[in-house]
Order: sequence, then structure tokens, then C-alpha cells
Amino acid sequence: MGLAKRIIPCLDVDAGRVVKGVNFVDIRDAGDPVEIAERYDKQGADELTFLDITASSDDRETMVHVVEQVASEVFIPLTVGGGIRKLADVRRMLNAGADKIAINTAAVFNPEFVKEASDHFGSQCIVVAIDAKQVGEQKWEIFTHGGRKATGLDAVEWAQKMVNFGAGELLVTSMDRDGTRNGFDLDLTRSISEAVNVPVIASGGVGNLDHLADGVIEGKADAVLAASIFHFGEYTVAEAKETMAGRGIEVRI
Amino acid sequence: MKTVVVIDYGMSNLRSVSKALEHVAGNNWQVQVSDQADVILHADKVVFPGQGAIGQCMHLLKESQLLDVIQQSVEEKPFLGICLGLQTLLTRSEENGGTAGFDVIAGTVRHFTKSPEYKIPHMGWNQVSQQAHPLWNGIPDNSRFYFVHSYYVDLVDVMAGTTAYGGVNFASAVAKDNVFAVQFHPEKSQDVGLKLLENFLNW
Repeated sequence: MGLAKRIIPCLDVDAGRVVKGVNFVDIRDAGDPVEIAERYDKQGADELTFLDITASSDDRETMVHVVEQVASEVFIPLTVGGGIRKLADVRRMLNAGADKIAINTAAVFNPEFVKEASDHFGSQCIVVAIDAKQVGEQKWEIFTHGGRKATGLDAVEWAQKMVNFGAGELLVTSMDRDGTRNGFDLDLTRSISEAVNVPVIASGGVGNLDHLADGVIEGKADAVLAASIFHFGEYTVAEAKETMAGRGIEVRI
Repeated sequence: MKTVVVIDYGMSNLRSVSKALEHVAGNNWQVQVSDQADVILHADKVVFPGQGAIGQCMHLLKESQLLDVIQQSVEEKPFLGICLGLQTLLTRSEENGGTAGFDVIAGTVRHFTKSPEYKIPHMGWNQVSQQAHPLWNGIPDNSRFYFVHSYYVDLVDVMAGTTAYGGVNFASAVAKDNVFAVQFHPEKSQDVGLKLLENFLNW
């Protein structure tokens, strides 16, 4: 009896369509975001995350409409990220119906933005997305631009700094694992989860349902995020919860 | 047609609350979002949501001249508090160096104690152990609702539900006369949350 570990399907959205990149490059179309969100809601998803990977600013308006539509039909927490750079972006997405906002690149280039956003809207709605690559034994570095640009920032130190700046949750993605289906980088997830006192979401690399359970048990994650294993109908969220429950993890069924 | 008004004081995610109410309202109810005293005072039912820091919340309510309006609504019509909308009803909160609340319910709002075992905020789906109340109609005992908060309401006399987290049992729902208030977010708690909102409209 207690707080359940969360399963969070992630929808990468490009110009209003759900896509899933492999190592952030090769993009496959997976369908309509509203339909997919409703499907995951029915399957028992605990939250949904939408990452806007659209490059052009015109299509950013599309994302606002997607969030509005989903928020009218699906009554579970929605996190929206991608291209969030200023307080007005945060406000616009919250007004559209998002509950939490993920800040990624803007946090790296302007850490004060995280502080401003959490002061303004509350830590509970500010998620900092951390994209990390392994650069040595038990050592990871923050990368931006879909994993192409190194920043020199140590991932664990960065995570602690972001929490001090007001992040209410961390979304930790292994850029080495993303799209590989080899499982989360459990050392990275655990290192960050044990270093901070806010919830940590494990992301990047899920290929089967046991990977999700590993993220909680070995990675010490509070929530696990996956995209492609759900998008193409390989597994349902309900099956994921059965597997996790079977390994002794408390889930919402 | 009857009206339910969601109090808007410029702080929380009102769209989620109003959308969820619209979803369950049917044709007999009109859902309004308002910061106007006369609209709130004329409504049949009032929903008072809130997120963020309590000091800022009380400050904004004062600026919007809504303190008396809330006090009056609490005394005379069905009133649903959500999250900070629960915490502000207590006597006082430890948050922001000590903040006075509406004192509708005698008790204190406390911060979860930091510990390596528990993450703060308490974020996610946790169980609510119910005590009999019409707002729980059709909702199985110990159902999971969505929580996100760092401060909690100490056990009080007028509890309607309790939840365990951070090494404590806290009041996750309170009920007193025409007031029902919850720490969790019914508007984000899928079927059981929508059912609670529907029960509130039927209460």
C-alpha cells in the first residue's frame, strides 16, 4: 500500500503527428496524437508526455492545439516539452491543458530560466529533461541538439543543480540507449535518482517489458517512460503493469 | 440550468478543472471560470482549486478581493477544495515561514520530512482510505488518485479520507457540512476522479 510507480508513454510529435526516432535520427510515423493518447489512457497509462520535435515555429501552434484536444478527452497528467524557452511558452502550454512542462535545452543555455519558471508556476509543474551520454566509467555528460553537441556538464552535478533551481521532477534520457531497445542505462538512472530528492523518470532504450521493471528495481526510478514499444502495438500499458506487478512493483491497476 | 463556478485567482491550471467538470456536467449544469465576486456568490456550487505556494495564493486572493467571497461560499453552498484549495481551509500552514489560512477546519499543514526513502514532492497515484461520504459513491475504497504536493494536512477531526506517504498518515480528504476538500487532483485522476466530480454536482 503506497505510492505506485508510474508508466508514462511518450509521444514525439512532429507537425501534429506522432513519430518515433531511432537515436533521434530516423523518424517513423505512428499516428494521430489524440487517438494514441486516448488509447493509452484506456490501457491505464499513469501520465502522458508529449515532446514537440517540430523545427519550425509555425508548427508550434499545431502542438498547442494537440494539447488542447488531448486535455479535453484525457483526464490524467500531461507533460509537454520541446522548444520551451521563455515564461510565455510555459504559460501557453499550461493554458492549453498541460500539467507539467519539460525544459531541456533552454535549461542548459539559461539555467536561471528553470528558477524563473518554478518561482512563477511552482516546482510541481517544472520537469527538467536531462539528455546524457556516457563519457567514462560511471561518468555521464549533458548533450544538446538531439545528442549531437557536448556541453561539458557532468550529468549528476547538473541534476542536483536543476533541483536546487526548482525542478520538481527530472526526466533522464540516455542518449546512448535511446532507440536501441537494449534497456535503460540503469547506472545513469540510479546515480541521478540517488543524488536528488525529487522524482526521477527513466527514459531511453526500452525494448521489452522487463526493461521497465529493471528501471524501477535497479535504476531506482520513480517512473518509467517508453515510446516505440507501445506505439506499434507490440505491448500494451496493461501488459507492462502486469509484468511490473509480477516483479513486486506497486502499480495502479 | 444550475451553475458551478471554478474560482480563478490567476494561479492554477484552471483549464484542467473546468474541462473535467464539463466532461461530467451533462445538460443541467453550466461550468464557469470566474474571479468576479457576484458570479461566485450567485453560483449554485463552487470549486476552489489551487497549485503552487500558499503564501502567494493567499496574497492573490487578497489582491482579487476574494477572501470574503470564499469565506461566504464556504458557509452557504456546496464547496469543493482541491489541493491548495484544501490546504488554505486549515488554520495555518508551515509553508512560506508560516501562513494563516481560512481556519474553516482546525488544523495544520506541514512539510513532508526529508528522507532518502521518500521523494518530495509526493507525486503520482496513491491510495485513499475512505470514510463514509456521498462524494465517494461508486468509488471503491482504497482507489488511487493523482497527487502532487510537498505539504500535507495533519490528521483532523473531520477527515473523509487518509493516505500514507513520507512516513505519515495524512488527511487526503476532509468533509465538514457543505465543504468537501481533497489533497489529490480529481481532474487528473481518470475515472475515479471524474466520478468524484460527478458526485459533487449531484451532492
